[in-house]
Amino acid sequence: MTRIRLGPFNRVEGDLEVLLDVTGGSVRAARVNAPLFRGFEQLLAGRAPEDALTIVPRICGICSVAQSAAAAAALAAAAGVRPPRNGELARVLVQATENLADHLSHFYLFFMPDFAHAAYAGRSWHGDLATRFTALRGSAGDDLLPARARLLNVMGFLAGRWPHTLALQPGGSTRAVTAAERVRLRSLLREVRAFVEGVLLGDTLEGFAALATWPQLQAWAAGRRGDFPTFLGAAGDLGLERIGRAGDSFISFGAYDGLFPAGIRRPDGAVDAVDPAKITEDVRHAWLVDGEPLPPARGETRVLVDKEGAYTWCKAPRYAGEALETGALARQLVAGTPLPCDLVARHGASVTARVVARMVELATVLPAMDGWVRALVPGEPFCLPAPLPDEAEGAGLVEAARGSLGHWLRIERGRIAHYQIVAPTTWNFSPHDRRGRPGPLELALVGLPVGDGAPPLVQHVVRSFDPCMVCTVH
Amino acid sequence: MKVLWLQGAGCGGCTQSLLCHEPGSLFAELRAAGIEFVWHPALAAASDRDAATLFEDCASGRHAFDVLCVEGAMLRGPNGSGRFQLMAGDGRPLAEWVERLAQRARWVFAIGSCSAWGGISAATPGNPLEACGLQYDEDTPGGLLGADFRSSGGLPVVNVAGCPTHPGWVVETLEKLALEGLTAADLDEFGRPLLYAGELVHHGCARNEYYEFKASARKHSDLGCLMENLGCKGTQAHADCNQRGWNGRGSCLKGGFACIACTEPGFEWPGHAFQRTYKVAGIPIGLPTDMPKAWFVALAALSKSATPKRVRDNAVEDHPVVRPPVRKAGK
Repeated sequence: MTRIRLGPFNRVEGDLEVLLDVTGGSVRAARVNAPLFRGFEQLLAGRAPEDALTIVPRICGICSVAQSAAAAAALAAAAGVRPPRNGELARVLVQATENLADHLSHFYLFFMPDFAHAAYAGRSWHGDLATRFTALRGSAGDDLLPARARLLNVMGFLAGRWPHTLALQPGGSTRAVTAAERVRLRSLLREVRAFVEGVLLGDTLEGFAALATWPQLQAWAAGRRGDFPTFLGAAGDLGLERIGRAGDSFISFGAYDGLFPAGIRRPDGAVDAVDPAKITEDVRHAWLVDGEPLPPARGETRVLVDKEGAYTWCKAPRYAGEALETGALARQLVAGTPLPCDLVARHGASVTARVVARMVELATVLPAMDGWVRALVPGEPFCLPAPLPDEAEGAGLVEAARGSLGHWLRIERGRIAHYQIVAPTTWNFSPHDRRGRPGPLELALVGLPVGDGAPPLVQHVVRSFDPCMVCTVH
Repeated sequence: MKVLWLQGAGCGGCTQSLLCHEPGSLFAELRAAGIEFVWHPALAAASDRDAATLFEDCASGRHAFDVLCVEGAMLRGPNGSGRFQLMAGDGRPLAEWVERLAQRARWVFAIGSCSAWGGISAATPGNPLEACGLQYDEDTPGGLLGADFRSSGGLPVVNVAGCPTHPGWVVETLEKLALEGLTAADLDEFGRPLLYAGELVHHGCARNEYYEFKASARKHSDLGCLMENLGCKGTQAHADCNQRGWNGRGSCLKGGFACIACTEPGFEWPGHAFQRTYKVAGIPIGLPTDMPKAWFVALAALSKSATPKRVRDNAVEDHPVVRPPVRKAGK
C-alpha cells in the first residue's frame, strides 16, 4: 500500500488536502483534511447578539448570504419574531441569487476546467472542451463572468452589495424595493435567463425542466449546442454517472420558504422529516478536545493541536449517528424532482447527478425568482422591529448553494454566550467518526484509480460536491 | 505583468467580489492590460504537485513573477507555529510561504482587510490565531513582513483594504501598476491606493440630504441618515463606495445598512455593537474627523430646526411618503 497526499487542491473555496491509501492503483481508503482553522465560534462569544449579522457573513465569501440568513433566522427565533411578507420575499430572492451565482461559478470556473486536462487528450471531445473551458483562457469564462455579474446586480438592488451584506435582519430586510426597481429586477432576471438558455442549456428552462429520466436526458443532450449538453457528452463517455457514490443518505433543511422542502432521504428513496435534535458533531479525528458527540446547541470547539489520530480541523456531523450528503442533489431528491431521482435510482449519487441537480435548480429557481419579484408590494413594510431578549436561544437552518447550514446560538445577559455552526461541507467532507464511519467524500473516493496516467477522476469527484472549505472550518 | 495569488486565512470573498468586475469579463479586462495570473487558488488549472512545483520555482527565483497578491490574514498561531494554516500537500505554514515569496516579488499587494491588517480573523478575543496582516497588526506597522519591508520594486505592501475589496479597487490598482507604474505618492498613510481611499464613503451617499438636515433613521429600513442611531461610519471611512457603486448601483448605504468602515484597520472591534451609534451625552462620538465638534453640534441643531417636512417624514419611512413639490405651471 502506498499513501498519497493530494494538495494544494485548488478550484475549491478554501484549503483542502486529500490523503489516499492506494493499493493496486486504486483508492482503498481516503481521509479528507481541512488544513486551516478559523475560530468564528469563539469570535462570536461575548459580542452583542446582532453583531452576528456583521460577523458571520465573513465566514465565507461564496456562501456569505446563506450565513447571514442562518444568523438572521436564529436571531428571529430568539426574538420570537417573523418578518413581514416583503421581508421574506427579499430574503429568498437574495438567497436564490447567491445560490444560482454559485452554481454558475462552480460549473464554469471550478468544475469544468478539469475536462481540459492533458490526460484526456485522446478523447474525441477534448479539443472542444479545452478551447471552451481551459482555466482562465477558455472562451467560456468570458461568457460566464458578465452574466454572473449581471445576476449579482440583483444584490445591488436588494442587499447593497455582495458578498457581505447587512440587509438580512431578524425582522426582515433593510432595503425596501420601489415599483421602478421591481421592473428593473425582472429585466435583470430575463438577461440571466437568456444566458442560461442560450449558452448553458441550449434549450428553454421549461424544456429542460420537463426532462424526467436519464434516457430522456441523454437523448436531449445528443447533438445539442450548449455547455451543459457538452458536459453530458464527455461525462457519458467517462461514465461519470457511475462515479462518486457516497452513502446515498441525504439531508436538506429546505429552501426558499417551501419551494424545496426539508427532509432526510434514505437509500431506499423514503423521505423523513428532519429532526434537528438528532444532529451531533463528533470530533475524534479533528484537532479539537475530544468528548462524546454533542448536539450543536451544546457543542464545543476547543483546539488541541497535538492529538493522536487527528487529521483535520473539520468536525464530523452525524444524523442519528449517520453521515449524510447535502447539496443541490440532496435538495432535489428530498423534493422528489423526477430527473435527479431517476439518476440516483439507476446508479446512486454520482458526479453527473450532482451536476444535473444544479442545472435543475437553475431551471426551476429562476422562474420562481420572477414570481417572488412580482409578489413584492412596494409601500408595504419590509422590516419589523425585532428586539432581542437578554436570555434566549435560537436556531437558524437554511440551505446554502452547497447544502444544509445550521446556526445555533444562546444569548445570556444580552450577549452571545454560545454559538455553533454546522456548514454544508462539514457534512460532505467530514472525517471518520469515533465508530470509524467515513464522511461522504471519503466514501465516494474509494475504488477510484490514481497514479501516473490515471484520468483525474478524483478531481471530478471532489469538485462535484462544490466544497466550501472556509465554511467547513469556520 | 505576472500575478501570483495566494489565500491566507479568510473567506475568499475578495476573489468572489473581484469576479463581479463590470462591465465585461474580468479575464478579458486583465488580458487586455497585459496582466496574467501565474496561479490563483480559485481559478488556475494547476493543482496538487503541479501547483506545489510552481510555488517552489517562484520562491526560489526560477519562475519570475511581478506581483504577489495575498488574500486573507496570516496565522502565526498556535504559539508561533503557524499550524493553524498549513499549505495543503506541503505541510509548511502558509505564512512561511508568503514570507519567502514576498522576497521574490517586485510588488506585494494585500487584497482585503484581513491581509492588510488582520481584519475579522484577528477579532477573536486575545487573538489566539495570532492573526496579522502582511505589514500591519491592526493599525500598528509590523505584521508578518515587518514595518521596514520594501519589495524589490521599492514599495511597502500595497493595502487594497476592504471587507471585501471592490473589484474596481483591485483591477485599477493592478492596471495602474502595469500601465503607468505605482509610487509612494499613489498611496495613503496606511498604504492604501488613493485611487479609492482618497475619498470618504460619505461622498456621494444617496442619503446626504438626510445627513445635511440630521433627519435620522430610527429603525432598519428607514430612509434617513444612519449616522445618528444605526452605527454608520461613512463620514470617517476611506473609500469611494458611494461613487463607483457595488454590484451595479449598490452600496452598503443604498442597501439600507450602516457603513462599518471595513477599509479601516481595527474595524472589526468598534468597541460597540456594529449597528448602533455609540454616543456620549447624546452626541455620537464618531463625528467627521476634520470638523470641530462644537461647530458640528451647532450646525446640527440649526439644520434640524430647518428640516423640511418632506425630509423629516421620509427619514422614518422605508419609502417616500412626501414627494418634492412640483412648481406649478406659469409661476
